[in-house]
Amino acid sequence: MTTVLNQPTSQPSESHGVAQAKGLFDGPILRQALKDSFVKLDPLTQIKNPVMFVVLVGSLITFVEALAHPSTFTWSITIWLFLTVIFANFAEAMAEGRGKAQADTLRKMRSETEARRLRADGTEELIPAAELAKGDLVVCEAGDAIPSDGEIIEGIASVDESAITGESAPVIRESGGDRSAVTGGTKVLSDRIVVRITAERGHTFIDRMITLVEGANRQKTPNEIALTILLAVLTIIFIPVVFTLVPFANFAGTAVSVVVLVALLVCLIPTTIGALLSAIGIAGMDRLVQRNVLAMSGRAVEAAGDVQTLLLDKTGTITLGNRMASTFYPVGTHTERDVADVAQLASLADETPEGRSIVVLAKQLFDIRERQLEGDHVFVPFTATTRMSGLDSGTRQIRKGAGDSVKRWVSEHGGTIPGGLDAIVERVSREGSTPLVVSDGNDIVGVIELKDIVKQGIREKFEEMRQMGIRTVMITGDNPLTAAAIAQEAGVDDFLAEATPEAKMALIKQEQEGGKLVAMTGDGTNDAPALAQADVGVAMNTGTTAAKEAGNMVDLDSNPTKLIDIVEIGKQLLITRGSLTTFSIANDVAKYFAIIPALFAVAYPQLETLNVMKLHSPQSAVLSAVIFNALVIVALIPLALRGVKFRASKSSVILRRNVLIYGVGGIIVPFIFIKLIDLVLVALHAY
Amino acid sequence: MSFFFVILALVLTLGLTWRYLGSYMEAVFNGRVHWLGFVERPVYRLLGTSPEQEQTWKRYAGAMVVFSLVSLIFTYVILRVQGSLPLNPQKVGAVGPALSFNTSVSFLTNTNWQNYGGETTMSYFSQIGALTVQQFVSPAVGIAVAIAMVRGFARRKSPTIGNFWVDITRCMFYILLPIAFIFGIIFVGEGAVQTLAGTATFHDVLNGVTQTMARGPIGFMESIKQLGTNGGGFLNANSATTFENPTGLTNFLSIYLLLAIPFALTYTFGKMVSSVKHGATLLAAMVLLFGIWVGFTSYGEHQNNPAVAKAGITATVGNTEGKEVRFGDTQTALFGVASTNTSTGSANASYDSFNPLGDLGLLTGMMMGEVTPGGTGSGLYTILIYAIIAVFIGGLMIGRTPEYLGKKIQAKEVKLAGLGSLVMPLIVLVITGIAVSTVEGRAGPLNRGPHGFSEILYAITSQGNNNGSAMGGLTGNTAFYNIVGAIDMLVGRFGIIIPALALGGALAQKDVVPESLGTFRTDNSMFVGLTVGVIVIIGGLTFFPAIALGPVVEQLTHLRFF
Repeated sequence: MTTVLNQPTSQPSESHGVAQAKGLFDGPILRQALKDSFVKLDPLTQIKNPVMFVVLVGSLITFVEALAHPSTFTWSITIWLFLTVIFANFAEAMAEGRGKAQADTLRKMRSETEARRLRADGTEELIPAAELAKGDLVVCEAGDAIPSDGEIIEGIASVDESAITGESAPVIRESGGDRSAVTGGTKVLSDRIVVRITAERGHTFIDRMITLVEGANRQKTPNEIALTILLAVLTIIFIPVVFTLVPFANFAGTAVSVVVLVALLVCLIPTTIGALLSAIGIAGMDRLVQRNVLAMSGRAVEAAGDVQTLLLDKTGTITLGNRMASTFYPVGTHTERDVADVAQLASLADETPEGRSIVVLAKQLFDIRERQLEGDHVFVPFTATTRMSGLDSGTRQIRKGAGDSVKRWVSEHGGTIPGGLDAIVERVSREGSTPLVVSDGNDIVGVIELKDIVKQGIREKFEEMRQMGIRTVMITGDNPLTAAAIAQEAGVDDFLAEATPEAKMALIKQEQEGGKLVAMTGDGTNDAPALAQADVGVAMNTGTTAAKEAGNMVDLDSNPTKLIDIVEIGKQLLITRGSLTTFSIANDVAKYFAIIPALFAVAYPQLETLNVMKLHSPQSAVLSAVIFNALVIVALIPLALRGVKFRASKSSVILRRNVLIYGVGGIIVPFIFIKLIDLVLVALHAY
Repeated sequence: MSFFFVILALVLTLGLTWRYLGSYMEAVFNGRVHWLGFVERPVYRLLGTSPEQEQTWKRYAGAMVVFSLVSLIFTYVILRVQGSLPLNPQKVGAVGPALSFNTSVSFLTNTNWQNYGGETTMSYFSQIGALTVQQFVSPAVGIAVAIAMVRGFARRKSPTIGNFWVDITRCMFYILLPIAFIFGIIFVGEGAVQTLAGTATFHDVLNGVTQTMARGPIGFMESIKQLGTNGGGFLNANSATTFENPTGLTNFLSIYLLLAIPFALTYTFGKMVSSVKHGATLLAAMVLLFGIWVGFTSYGEHQNNPAVAKAGITATVGNTEGKEVRFGDTQTALFGVASTNTSTGSANASYDSFNPLGDLGLLTGMMMGEVTPGGTGSGLYTILIYAIIAVFIGGLMIGRTPEYLGKKIQAKEVKLAGLGSLVMPLIVLVITGIAVSTVEGRAGPLNRGPHGFSEILYAITSQGNNNGSAMGGLTGNTAFYNIVGAIDMLVGRFGIIIPALALGGALAQKDVVPESLGTFRTDNSMFVGLTVGVIVIIGGLTFFPAIALGPVVEQLTHLRFF
């Protein structure tokens, strides 16, 4: 059983490695949590949670009372009040325990390696990895573990990053460009690289991950602080409500027992949410970790729930990474098969995904198989200046490339441009695809349509986003015509074509000036400023160190689609808090109906009318309410850890649903369960 | 049937008032009304201020406190020395220090709790120069505070929330004085007494007794008494007397005046924040609760009085004990609810003689924090505090940082709103606790047992909510009740005003988050429900034990519930 609630749109490499999803009540975690429940009784820990602190103080008062006037009732109340505190601690310990287990896995990875440091004269020396300083150069060869975070300044290597990402396929890391960052603890599988260390021991990526998942220096998020204040208010308000009952009862010529008053107070203050509040926060971070996303702060997770604009890179997020050949258009006297034939020849040596897709399409449509090229032939690679690639075989010169380039090439070689070509090229462009013109010698054979494949299910995802009031903006380097076509197909609200990092930055600032919160993903160094500017910046783990440092989240799977999941987790976090608060307050109604008649049973027997649950006796009524109050915490731990079920829909629909379940349900449920507990107590002959 | 027509007439007149008085008030406070500019401008010169001199919330609150302090001293001194002042045909002496203090606080805080009988304690000079002046000034302060708080929602990134002196000046000249003047004429025309002559003495030949009739400048005090949701009448018996409330028309107009400004301010709010719908949402919440209370209390009073029933008398007109027969049971209940739900406290009957259920209606109306529709200004700023809490919880439930009218509700706002909603229950419960457990407090109530408890609880609740209505039966003019009552009223008033202004200041500084489909809607029926829920839950949960021991026990002792 996994605890992942909202499976994102089909991601095969989900939830591996550190982020191994644990069962809710995993054995060792459970045992540790039980132990921690008692450790957390430390008053210094308790005072941070005003609601539970009141319960703890209350249980001490009833304890003293029970010592002074022992009875089954006073002892039962004392024990259950104490258990209420323990249950709250247990909830928090459970949430933390899951993080700690992940941290342990990470720690194992941080093995004590030796580093081969390069001296200034080029010779190597062996030193413990712990002694490495920022700026040191180290050599790593096949089989070596990379000693610390750094940047490749020389060489290329395949690296096993499964320790962090859980992805077993090795990745290529090379100097220069956006794939130069390496992470300490990963392993070089082949070749030799020289790495400049960018992080000292204790400050590496893995160290940061450990701190984060352990929640060691977890800061309360803004919303959590606001809610804590509200809960404190609701606690303070009930103190006079309960303790003025002493003079009120006195006036009525009766006395109320301190034990019952404390019981009433504990039942009225929002213990349910008070007990689960920190567990909800920790579990929210944990859910992100399970999706292989590391949030640098809880604040970022919360901000994710508030995001109103999502900037999504087209490639990899909205469309599959690569364009695929979809159609061959012949021009002049040529047939479709001719185009396929020539195009296949031009692409045989082309190892790019686009090239391979042309070969595949030719085979699918006309069964043109791969062939051994005979005679003298030279592959002409693509360059930025020619914007063409192809094959020179003897005197035959085959080219494929951008329309203008091939046309120029053909004209230069004395050929003519066939009539229908421009029309086809333009149509293909307008549809959001890329046209590649194919020529054989100075004769233009036809056009290959390379199509951007929009990811399956992405349109529905964007529709959900729209329902939630989130605007999606597609970012692409394509020309506006192509961008518009893909934007329409994918169903995004807007797009930014021919995007430069500056344009991206300007867009974020413009949205933020209107008061909106913006989320984006990025991986390149040139994305770093925008990542830092965005309210939620998710850096891809494959990206550069600069990008990772600028963003406030890192996606270990480097899957930009996950931005959408992050938003949902952020929302779910807030919804869980809000719903349990409502539930907690709504519960008070039933507790009043249980305790007030019991409290004044002697002075005002007519109040028995209010005992709508027909509870057995005043004592069983009070005890039932207290037991319910304690057990409901335990019952809701799974909900707190998993989060309230979240379906993307209009805010009014979500609200109606949650008010119904947690508000109205919160009024009804305790009536039923307090009655049941009362029946059990009677059956046990406790009263 | 007549009850139905009264309700219908109220709905129609109040509907029009909501729309037109509401938008007029918006124009007044946004400085677009100038027909009394010739008096307005000299006042600003005198005060050394001008509409352009905006204040931060702290300066605004500071000005309000200074002004209130001056008002307090002014009223207190007049009451203490009234014996040496003119307009005293009855030659009444100085009011005692404790009673003077209680009374000055009472009129300062728009409570109008009266531990005295007006006709036997106050000179005409005190009635006009001290008490009636406060009846104009204290609602003006309430309205000004509400407007300043609303500016917090209406403005963006603004350090200021208006100018206190300008706001109360405008409120006085353009709203309270003209309306009170017009209705004062109607009241006098209908027969409310307006004279500076002393009491009249009649010899009743038939019964052979001599009667002294109290009279005075009553008529014009009457209109502002209701309009400003003050409630403090000239005569001890308040609107039950023919001198204050002579006819069915004045009775209707009283109810109308009580509700006019508190309801209309929601339109003003809507217009100021450029969304009348938001104003209508708050109005709907107010009307819904008000309607429930009218129904509840009217039902309660329409029942036979249990004591009368026990005597073997079958009444067919509901509980008439302590009521003016000319108004009847249901209209008296309506008046009572209008008066208790607007923090007015005027009365056209003896609430002590209401059935327990009827009393429960009046009492709980106040316990909900006086927001249905509440006092002039205070109703709006208090319901906005509750609305902020509703927004916070509701916003969380849809997974967004909650925002109200585009303003994010964060820790600071929750803290202030929490404080604002905490103060009233806290002070009422604590003071009731003190009253029922001290000898001085226990000496007050006329009755023992639950009814005695109800009498104390009612008095403390009424003062803490700045209502001023009295259930009767409680001897309030003692040093103990004068002092604790004054504390109750001061805390109940300023303990909410200060957080309300601070909220206005905090909100004004914020930028506005643009609305989207995902925004938590605060202008629909769902939000009406949530706001009502917060009001009822906070009020209900905090006062449940107390009302269980008072009116609920009483009701259950005499009859079943419904």
